[in-house]
Amino acid sequence: MSLRIVVCVKYVPDATGDRHFAEDLTTDRDAVDGLLSELDEYAVEQALQISEASDDAEITVVTVGPEEANKDGLRKALSMGADKGVHVVDDALHGSDVMGTSLVLAKAVEHVGYDLVVCGMASTDGTMGVLPALLAERLGVPQVTLLSEVAVADGQVTGRRDGDTATERLAASLPAVVSVTDQSGEARYPSFKGIMAAKKKPVEELQLSDLGIEADLVGLGGAWTAVDSADARPARTAGTIVKDEGEGGKQLAAFLAERKFI
Amino acid sequence: MTSPRPGGLGNAHRLPEEYEQLRRTVEEFAHDLVAPKIGEFYENHEFPYEIVREMGRMGLFGLPFPEEYGGMGGDYFALCLVLEELARVDSSVAITLEAGVSLGAMPIFRFGTEEQKREWLPRMCAGEVLGAFGLTEPECGSDAGGTRTTARLDEATDEWVINGSKCFITNSGTDITALVTVTAVTGRKPDGRPEISAIIVPSGTPGFTVAAPYSKVGWNASDTRELSFADVRVPAANLVGEAGRGYAQFLRILDEGRIAIAALATGLAQGCVDQSVSYANTRKAFGKPIGANQAIQFKIADMEMRAHTSRLTWRDAASRLVAGEPFKKEAALAKLYSSEIAVTNAREATQVHGGYGFMNEYPVARFWRDSKILEIGEGTSEVQRMLIARELGVPSN
Repeated sequence: MSLRIVVCVKYVPDATGDRHFAEDLTTDRDAVDGLLSELDEYAVEQALQISEASDDAEITVVTVGPEEANKDGLRKALSMGADKGVHVVDDALHGSDVMGTSLVLAKAVEHVGYDLVVCGMASTDGTMGVLPALLAERLGVPQVTLLSEVAVADGQVTGRRDGDTATERLAASLPAVVSVTDQSGEARYPSFKGIMAAKKKPVEELQLSDLGIEADLVGLGGAWTAVDSADARPARTAGTIVKDEGEGGKQLAAFLAERKFI
Repeated sequence: MTSPRPGGLGNAHRLPEEYEQLRRTVEEFAHDLVAPKIGEFYENHEFPYEIVREMGRMGLFGLPFPEEYGGMGGDYFALCLVLEELARVDSSVAITLEAGVSLGAMPIFRFGTEEQKREWLPRMCAGEVLGAFGLTEPECGSDAGGTRTTARLDEATDEWVINGSKCFITNSGTDITALVTVTAVTGRKPDGRPEISAIIVPSGTPGFTVAAPYSKVGWNASDTRELSFADVRVPAANLVGEAGRGYAQFLRILDEGRIAIAALATGLAQGCVDQSVSYANTRKAFGKPIGANQAIQFKIADMEMRAHTSRLTWRDAASRLVAGEPFKKEAALAKLYSSEIAVTNAREATQVHGGYGFMNEYPVARFWRDSKILEIGEGTSEVQRMLIARELGVPSN
């Protein structure tokens, strides 16, 4: 039977752009161009490699996001080689936090049907990195997160997690949720053939009602967290220059100690 | 080779969505993979195999060819779009692709036999091997009809016997070069003019010698060699297209190639703008960024104006080509204009950079060194003017 892989991806504001918050302190999507989160490209790449190593696999890319998330986010994953897309788009989703997003993703993943869910290690905008765990919890399946190597064989997903002090080899029975790091292997660039083919791949558009989700569980109103205030980061100021006159090492140590780096 | 878009590209002043995605993909590739590494290859006069391999994986060498030969099913417009984006960052990489596709694979695709296409195109499209086109000779450049290299058919063995030499041949001596298509005199026409044919000579054929790389002013990470042929024997079946049609064939190849060079020159001109904007915003003099000075602003505005106009000229020529319309004059115009403004922009961008512009570690130094050849290769500016005048019906002598 075909291995059903679902990759959860996020459409994020371009980090190289001048990003702002809107008046309601949510991300101002109009201010900068959006794109597929780079960290999710690693997830798409690993899904493609698992699919290529398998006799029969199908990759569905799922995203929750605004209208443009299809053209500028999902399509990239499809042009890299994923087979089809699911886009959950609904005005009521505006301002959702990770609790709301994980709920919607879980319902969407169940709607698609899955053996393996692959996520990036974090988004490049919120950078929380907790979504894969929340998703696994909501789906009630094992989670194997932050993998730098991943493979599927005999109904199991196995992988390597590189920590600061140890390298772990992990395994879980399918169905399962995994997240992969930016060390898992460079994501491929879409080819022109892939770009042309992506135009013809199906993308299913769903609203909250299609997934049976009550609108008050998501969006700003349903969020478990709230942003009270946000200030632009102050401009960088000139650093302190210490001239080494025999005491440079000590001054450097003192500087680091003062900021609790050592 | 028709455009994958039904109805063609229209006027192509605005890119269709999938072309824009291709452009963005290559822009990202050039920025992330080419820009950080190319300086060292250039400085060491090394061919950037790892970058070429990546370009092969992305399918760039197969862009304008049909999928049945391992291509991407795109068109010449898509190729030009990619060349512009690569040349914004580096011209050596761009010319390697341009020559690999336009001069290496295209003659075989356009004029080769089915067997030749099946044998060579899939690996060329994947960027695993490169082909070169041997046209220019030490004593004939623009006057390509003056070819001295000869090929005699030895009927006893059914082989061509090739003698002569070729110079300035791009991609002819890399570790992955598989063949050179050589133009050679194969007889005389009734009016006494030479009959020129194109013949495939695989790398490593006895008697075929590839000289050490030239020491060039620019394009230092691209492979350019002199080739010599001493009684080189290849099967009669290596003839590309009809015997005696070599001249007409390469004229078509050159017409197309001009649009590709125009796109490449536009990329270089745009790269000059990119680098100048970034430098003008960060470099400070007299307490403010130098971009605050009108003298610098005007230079940059003029550079952008030239790059933009140049882009319109190649897109116009390429749109005509893929629509199957006449494009000879437009290709010559695009090539002439874009190469001349590339030189101008490179000079101005160097000026914006001041003393640093004269240092090889700055991309603009590379742009400056790489720009001049654009007014020479694939038909000099003088030849382009001649062609344009001829297309306008001005009497030729």
